Amino acid sequence: MTGETPDPDEAATDPRTPPSGSDVAAVDVDLDALPAIPRDEDGPVFAEPWQAEAFAMAVRLHEQGVFTWRRWAETLGEEIRAAQEAGDPDLGDTYYEHWVRALSRIVAEHGAVSGEELEARTDRWRRAYLATPHGHPVELSAADE
Amino acid sequence: MTNDHDGGHDGGHDHGHGHGHDHDDHTEPPSETALRVKALESLLVEKGLVERPALDTLVDAYETKVGPRNGAAVVARAWTDDEFRRRLLDDAPAAISSIGITAPKGEHLVAVANTPRVHNLVVCTLCSCYPWGMLGLPPAWYKSAPYRARAVRDPRGVLAEFGTHLADDVEVRVWDSTSEVRYLVVPMRPSGTHGWSAEELQELVTRNSMVGVEPARSPEVTS
Repeated sequence: MTGETPDPDEAATDPRTPPSGSDVAAVDVDLDALPAIPRDEDGPVFAEPWQAEAFAMAVRLHEQGVFTWRRWAETLGEEIRAAQEAGDPDLGDTYYEHWVRALSRIVAEHGAVSGEELEARTDRWRRAYLATPHGHPVELSAADE
Repeated sequence: MTNDHDGGHDGGHDHGHGHGHDHDDHTEPPSETALRVKALESLLVEKGLVERPALDTLVDAYETKVGPRNGAAVVARAWTDDEFRRRLLDDAPAAISSIGITAPKGEHLVAVANTPRVHNLVVCTLCSCYPWGMLGLPPAWYKSAPYRARAVRDPRGVLAEFGTHLADDVEVRVWDSTSEVRYLVVPMRPSGTHGWSAEELQELVTRNSMVGVEPARSPEVTS
């Protein structure tokens, strides 16, 4: 029941065994050095439309079998750690930035969209915006005019 | 594990926008990340790997339909139906599908129940795995590094910040979600709700109570 794909990496972990308990708090950690947890009201879950798009793309690609959810979680976890190491306080507001970096990387790793392709297309969209008069819908083809 | 994602991230895309010329002759591009999302989407659609309508359906479902409502329905049912509660704690996906709720693919759910002696708290220390199918999308604090770190190191301190103060003899269990197992806390049924229907009880089941940072709402506070 722990998942369809047995993996030696996660063998022998019973999901019903709590990996940590209250006694973990005894570890010597300077709790005061950790910032407070940012709180929110039950506001909109996506702050901007691109966040929703990025979320949906990852879910859909997984549903289509492009990558496993385990691989996704690993990739996202790595991007979050990398961002923290680069100085991101990681308070939740940059979560979808990490998400997009993970998505860019995982589609390249799975041969769906290469890094060069993505760079080129990103640049083309930028040029399309700059070539589109304000108030008009931005079409990709505007970049080529 | 190497991370070279920063290579090319800020790589020389600093186009000057030439302030001073006519504002109407161009559209200000959105952020680098938003542009990248547009690029990914247009490429993936062209390659037939995602379809626009499927993306729209997903976004709509998570923004407006899922929310924490599925989870609240499951918890309220568990409060009013002992047989369902037993099945839920034993095999959550089967119990949930038996009442007509389908969890997203790949989301294996485990339900853990609070009791007078045990309080459960859910975190994802690795990224921010979350039972979307039950609770919608996670709040910002759940995704934040301080919560992810402190829920494990100092769960009682975290609970106190949410106004949840547990007696010393209550055991705190912290459940670390993974890409394959997500946890749903079944909070204790509030007192003063004797005879309430499952529909009425649902209103007391908050998102935070199902993550385990707060108890379910008390009936006096609802209206």
